[in-house]
Amino acid sequence: MKTKLLSIAVAAGALFATAQADARTLIQNKGSDTLVNVAQAWAEAYREVNPDVAVAVSGGGSGTGIAAMINGTVDVANASRAMKEKELALAKSKGQNPIEHVVGYDALAVFLHQDNPISEMSISQLAEVYGEDGATANWGDLGAEVPGCKDQEMVVVSRQNNSGTYAYFRKAVLGKKRDFKLGTRDMHGSKDVVDLVEKTPCAIGYSGLAYATSHIKMACIKGADDKPCVAPSVATASDRSYPIARPLFMYTDGEPQGEIKKYLDWILSDVGQCIILKKGYAPARDVKCE
Amino acid sequence: MAAPINETRAGTASKTGAGGRDEFDRITAAWLLDKAVQVLVFIGGISAIIFIIGIFVFITREGFGFAVGKLDWGQFLTSPRWRPTSEYNPTYGILAMIAGTASVTGLAMIVAIPFSLGAAIFIAEFATGKTREALKVLVELLAAIPSVVWGFIGLTIMNPLIIDLFDVPVGLTVLNAGIILGLMAAPIMTSIAEDALKAVPDRYREAAEALGATRGQIVFRVVLPAAKNGLLGAVLLGVGRGFGETMAVLMATGHAINIPDSIFDSVRALTATIAAELGETAVGSEHYQALFTIGIFLFVITFIINLAADLIVRGIRKG
Repeated sequence: MKTKLLSIAVAAGALFATAQADARTLIQNKGSDTLVNVAQAWAEAYREVNPDVAVAVSGGGSGTGIAAMINGTVDVANASRAMKEKELALAKSKGQNPIEHVVGYDALAVFLHQDNPISEMSISQLAEVYGEDGATANWGDLGAEVPGCKDQEMVVVSRQNNSGTYAYFRKAVLGKKRDFKLGTRDMHGSKDVVDLVEKTPCAIGYSGLAYATSHIKMACIKGADDKPCVAPSVATASDRSYPIARPLFMYTDGEPQGEIKKYLDWILSDVGQCIILKKGYAPARDVKCE
Repeated sequence: MAAPINETRAGTASKTGAGGRDEFDRITAAWLLDKAVQVLVFIGGISAIIFIIGIFVFITREGFGFAVGKLDWGQFLTSPRWRPTSEYNPTYGILAMIAGTASVTGLAMIVAIPFSLGAAIFIAEFATGKTREALKVLVELLAAIPSVVWGFIGLTIMNPLIIDLFDVPVGLTVLNAGIILGLMAAPIMTSIAEDALKAVPDRYREAAEALGATRGQIVFRVVLPAAKNGLLGAVLLGVGRGFGETMAVLMATGHAINIPDSIFDSVRALTATIAAELGETAVGSEHYQALFTIGIFLFVITFIINLAADLIVRGIRKG
C-alpha cells in the first residue's frame, strides 16, 4: 500500500515536472511492485542523462502493468512474471504486440527463523512443505528440532494468490500441475513475510532476496537432491545457478523505438545495471560497479 | 451547490445591514435561500439511499454475470478450496472464509458483549455528572481509532503475546482477531445499548424504587428486560461491524484458508480476501468477478443483519 501511494506521488511529481518543461517526452512506466523501487531509481537517474525525457513510474503489481499493456495505456510495463499465453493472445487481439525484455533477476530466498537449525533444503523438500497433499507438516519430518517451536509444527508462510512472487514460486517449486497447500498464511507483501518469519520460530517463508534482514536465516537451496546447495545471492541469481531466481521483465509494444529504445538501452547499459544491483537485485548480465 | 447559497446569504446580510431598504428584494433572497437549503437538505437526506443503490448496482454489475452464469454455487458455498489463480484448475470455494469470518465475529461478540453492555449499564444507570460525560467521550474516541491501527496492534503486540502466553506456534489466530474485533465493535455497541437503556421511561425506575427495589434489582429486573430489544439491536449491529471489518482482520487472522477447529488456528475472512486480491486482479477476469460475487454475498448478509437489527430496535419504539 505504501509503495503504491509513494509511486502515485512520484508519478504525480513526474507529471508536474513534465508540465513545467516544454516539449519533453513522457514515458509511462507501470507494473510490478517488486520492480517499482528499481524503476523509480532508473527514472530519477535518467532525468540527468536525458533531461528531455520524463519517465512516470507507478506500481500496482505485475497484473496491473500487464493489463495496462494489453489495453495500450502504458509505454513500458514492468512484470516480475512472464505474460501468460492467454494475456498475449488478448493483447494481440487488441492490436498490441508486447515484446519482452529481461532487465534483471530476482532470487527468491527461503526464509527461516534465526534459531532454526536447518541450513539447506531441496526443491523436492520445499514442494512437500508447500504443495497440495504435501507430506511435510512438521520440522521433525525434515530431521530437525527447532528450539522454541511448539510441537515442531511448521507455520508455512506464503503470499496472496495474485502476486508475481507467488506465481513464480509455484511454477519453480511445485511445477505447473500442482497447487499450494490450503492453510498457508498468505501475507500481503514481501515485507510482511519477512516480519512474520523473523518473529515466529516455527515459520518458513519465501520472498525476494532484497527483503532479507540480518535477523533472518536464508536456506541454501538444492536444485536436485544429489546436487550441492546454492546460497541465494545476487551473484548466484545472475549466473542462474540459484534454482529459484526469476527474470524481471519490461514489456514494450512492438520493438522499442525512439526515446523508449534509448531508455531501455540505457537500463541495460553498465550504469543502468549497476542501479538494479544496488537495489538488491541481480543484473541481467555481468557488470562491474564501483 | 454551495456557491449560490453563500452569495445569497451574503446578499441578504448586506441588504439587512443597509437597513432593509429594499424590502421586496430581501424577501426574494430569503425565499431563494430557503428553497436552496430545502433542496440541499433533501439531497443530503436521500444521498444515503442513492449511494446504497449505486454501490449495489456497481457490485452486482461486476459480479452478477459470473454469479448466475459460470459460477458453481454448490462449490462456492460448500468447498473450502479458494484457488482462483490456479494454472490448471481454478476453484472458487468460500466455505473456509465463511467459517473464518463467522468464528472471528463470534469470538468478537463474546469479547464485546460483556464489555459493551457493562459500559452501557454503568454510563446510563450509575455514572453521573462529569464521570458520565468523560466516559461517553472516551467511548466515542475509542470508536475513532482507525482499523489499520487495530490491525497493527494485532500483528505486532498481540502476536508475540499470544505465542508467549499460550505456547502456540503462531499468534495470528482467531483469538487475536476476535479480541481486536471485539474491542473495535464494543464502542458502537456501547453507544447504542446506552441509548436503548435511556429510552426506558423513568417512571419504570421510579415505580420499582417505590416498591423498595435496590439499584441492582432496578437495573437487572426492570431496565434490562424493558430494553432487551434495543440491546439485541446493539449486538446485531456489532455483528454487522464484525462481518464488514477488513483491514484489522486481514492483519490479525494470519490470512490462511483454513476451517478452524480451535481459537488458536489461523483463518481468513471474506472481506480480507477481497481487500488482498482485488488490487492486482485483471478487470473483468473470472477471479475479479468471483471477488465481486463475494462482495454480493457480504452485502446481502450485512443487509440482513442490519435489517434485523433495525426491525428489532423499531420493535421497542412501538411497544
